[in-house]
Formats: sequence, C-alpha cells, structure tokens
Amino acid sequence: MEDNLVLEGLEVVYHKPDTLTEAPFHYCPGCGHGVAHRLIMEVVEEMGIEEQTIGIAPVGCSVFAYHYMKIDMQEAAHGRACAVATGVKRLLPEKYVFTYQGDGDLAAIGTAETIHTVNRGENLAIFFINNAIYGMTGGQMAPTSLCHQVTSTSPYGREEKAMGFPLKMTELVAHLPGAYYVTRQAVHTPNAVRKCKKAIRNAFEYQKENKGTCFVEIVSNCPSGWRLTPLDSQKWLEENMLPMYKLGDIKLPGKD
Amino acid sequence: MIKGTVKIATELCKGCELCIAACPQDCLTLTNNINLKGYKFVELKNDTCTGCTNCALVCPDAVFTVYRQPKASLKKAV
Ligand SMILES: Cc1ncc(C[n+]2csc(CCOP(=O)(O)OP(=O)(O)O)c2C)c(N)n1
Ligand code: SF4
Ligand code: SF4
Repeated sequence: MEDNLVLEGLEVVYHKPDTLTEAPFHYCPGCGHGVAHRLIMEVVEEMGIEEQTIGIAPVGCSVFAYHYMKIDMQEAAHGRACAVATGVKRLLPEKYVFTYQGDGDLAAIGTAETIHTVNRGENLAIFFINNAIYGMTGGQMAPTSLCHQVTSTSPYGREEKAMGFPLKMTELVAHLPGAYYVTRQAVHTPNAVRKCKKAIRNAFEYQKENKGTCFVEIVSNCPSGWRLTPLDSQKWLEENMLPMYKLGDIKLPGKD
Repeated sequence: MIKGTVKIATELCKGCELCIAACPQDCLTLTNNINLKGYKFVELKNDTCTGCTNCALVCPDAVFTVYRQPKASLKKAV
C-alpha cells in the first residue's frame, strides 16, 4: 500500500476523534461549528466518558449536532437547551451533561433559561457559540451583533439607540454566584483552538467534581451570514469581534 | 528537521483554505480537482510537512490525520 510506504516509521499525532460519527458536517465551508463540535468530542473521547455524556442540541445551524456527536443527545426547542439540561442532569446526576447553543438560541430567545440555569448553579456545562448573527435563518441581527454590523435585518448597520448594544452574556452570567467557571475562547487559529480545548476539558473536569455551572463562550465565524470568504471571515473576527468579545477567563474558581 | 505528513480525507474537504493559511511550512494547496460534493479540495504540494497539526486544529471538517516521526527515532538519527 502506498500509504504505508510514505508513513513507515511515523506515528499518528492527530486523528479525527472516534466520538464523531462518519456523517459529513452540513456546515458551510470554513464554519467554526465544525471545530467546536470536534473539540468537545475530542475531550469526551480523551476522558473516556462517551457512555456517560448527554448533550443537548439547540435550534440554529447546529440543530443536527446529534447526527455528528456519537453520544446520547436530546434536541431542545429553540432557546430551551439549558432548561432541558437541568431536567436531564437532575434526573441523572451521575451523567456529564452539556448544552451546545448559538447566540440566537442562548442570548435571544433563551436568555431567561440561560440566566436562571446559571443562577441555580446547575452542575452542567454550557457551550455558547457566538457568531454575532442568526446563521440558520439567513443572517439576521442577533443580540450579540456588533454596533454598525450590517445584517439582513440591520441593512444600514446595527444602530444602538434603536437596536440596543451587543449583549455580553458571558460577562453577565459571570456575576451570578452559581457560575463556577466562565471563560471566552475562539477557534480561528491553531493556538486559539488549543486553548479552547483546554477550557472545554476544564468544564467537564469541574462537572465531575460537582462544582456548578461552567460556561464556555466560543467566538466563532459565520462566513455565509457575514457574506465573507472563510479566510476573510477569520480576519473580520479578529479585527471586529475580538475587541468587543475579549478572549480569556472571566471567572476562575477561587478568584472573584 | 522533524519529518511528518498528513493524510487528507478529500471527500470531506470543502476547500475553505483555512488549513493553507495555518500551515507554517506552506505544504498545502487547493487543487483544481473537484470532489463528489462539488468542492475543490486540498492536497500536499511538497514534503516539508513536520506534522505540527496546525492544519488539523483549524480544519472545520476534521479532514486530516497527521503523522510525525517519533521523538525516539529522532534521537537515534542524531
Ligand atoms: C420558537 C422559534 N422561534 C424562531 C425560530 C427560528 N430560528 C431558527 S434558528 C434561529 C436563530 C439561530 O441563530 P443562532 O442561535 O445564533 O445559531 P446559528 O445558526 O448562528 O448557529 C431562529 C430565530 C425557531 N426555530 N423557533
Ligand atoms: S450559516 Fe453560518 S453558522 Fe450556519 S453553517 Fe453556515 S457559516 Fe455556519
Ligand atoms: S481546512 Fe479542512 S475543509 Fe478547509 S480546505 Fe483545509 S482540509 Fe479542506
């Protein structure tokens, strides 16, 4: 076999995690959802908890997350993933439970569920994919859209007086006593991806120790909604998203 | 130089080019070939790969398997 010839003496240092199914992602080229899915499932594989983990899928582009993640999953109505996760975790406290939600899902229609779940300090992980837009429905403005950002429902740019300011959900929930670990990460460069994976790992480890809610925002791109090529979307993310949504830990255990 | 290589599941590639930008060795290129999904896909264009995994880290479609010379064999070579 040609492969073996080339690969003789080399060891595998990276492979697609076995906790992802064979199904090809339906996401647009360059979309950060794929990286976020992969990282969560890499952590699940490395911790060996695929039999004990239950994911809650949102409504949004990642509505089919359960096609890709080879674990038990439950679909929730738009915005209700945190409420569903609360029920699942309370019934099955020995399981690892996480939600995977976009910014429309978590920070618009699901604002109340999100805040109260963190406020109760439910012992679960919330993975929040912030791409500053409603991807699935055609690039409408989200609460997280930036000032002056052009979207299909803010064609002249988001004007704060009429449309409000970008909502920093992550800073908001960090103030709640139930929040144990709150961090903001991204997946646009190899280094960001490495750090993001570590944050996801922390969230699962803290859940094992019954510490309370862990909230990981992942700043991501939506090349289609932003009307940019994948490469340009990464640049736009860096220049526009990151000044508003600063990367790093917002609440660390033991520090307030 | 550490020796490495990648295997590319070309049928999963969507030609987004994020891996090309992330590769510090400039080993990847978009071919003019088109896969069953209708996307141009990425291929290795030279043998300078060091197996750093940068491409695999940023690829949204988990297209890469990355191989690298084991550290032990590196010592032997010295
Ligand atoms: C109750 C309800 N209201 C509205 C919708 C329409 N809807 C579907 S997805 C979505 C927003 C998705 O945006 P986001 O959560 O940011 O995810 P993305 O697609 O960007 O990943 C909306 C408003 C719906 N499906 N159900
Ligand atoms: S519309 Fe945006 S969020 Fe949805 S799959 Fe495409 S790039 Fe990703
Ligand atoms: S990052 Fe992945 S999907 Fe995009 S061009 Fe490279 S191999 Fe293809």
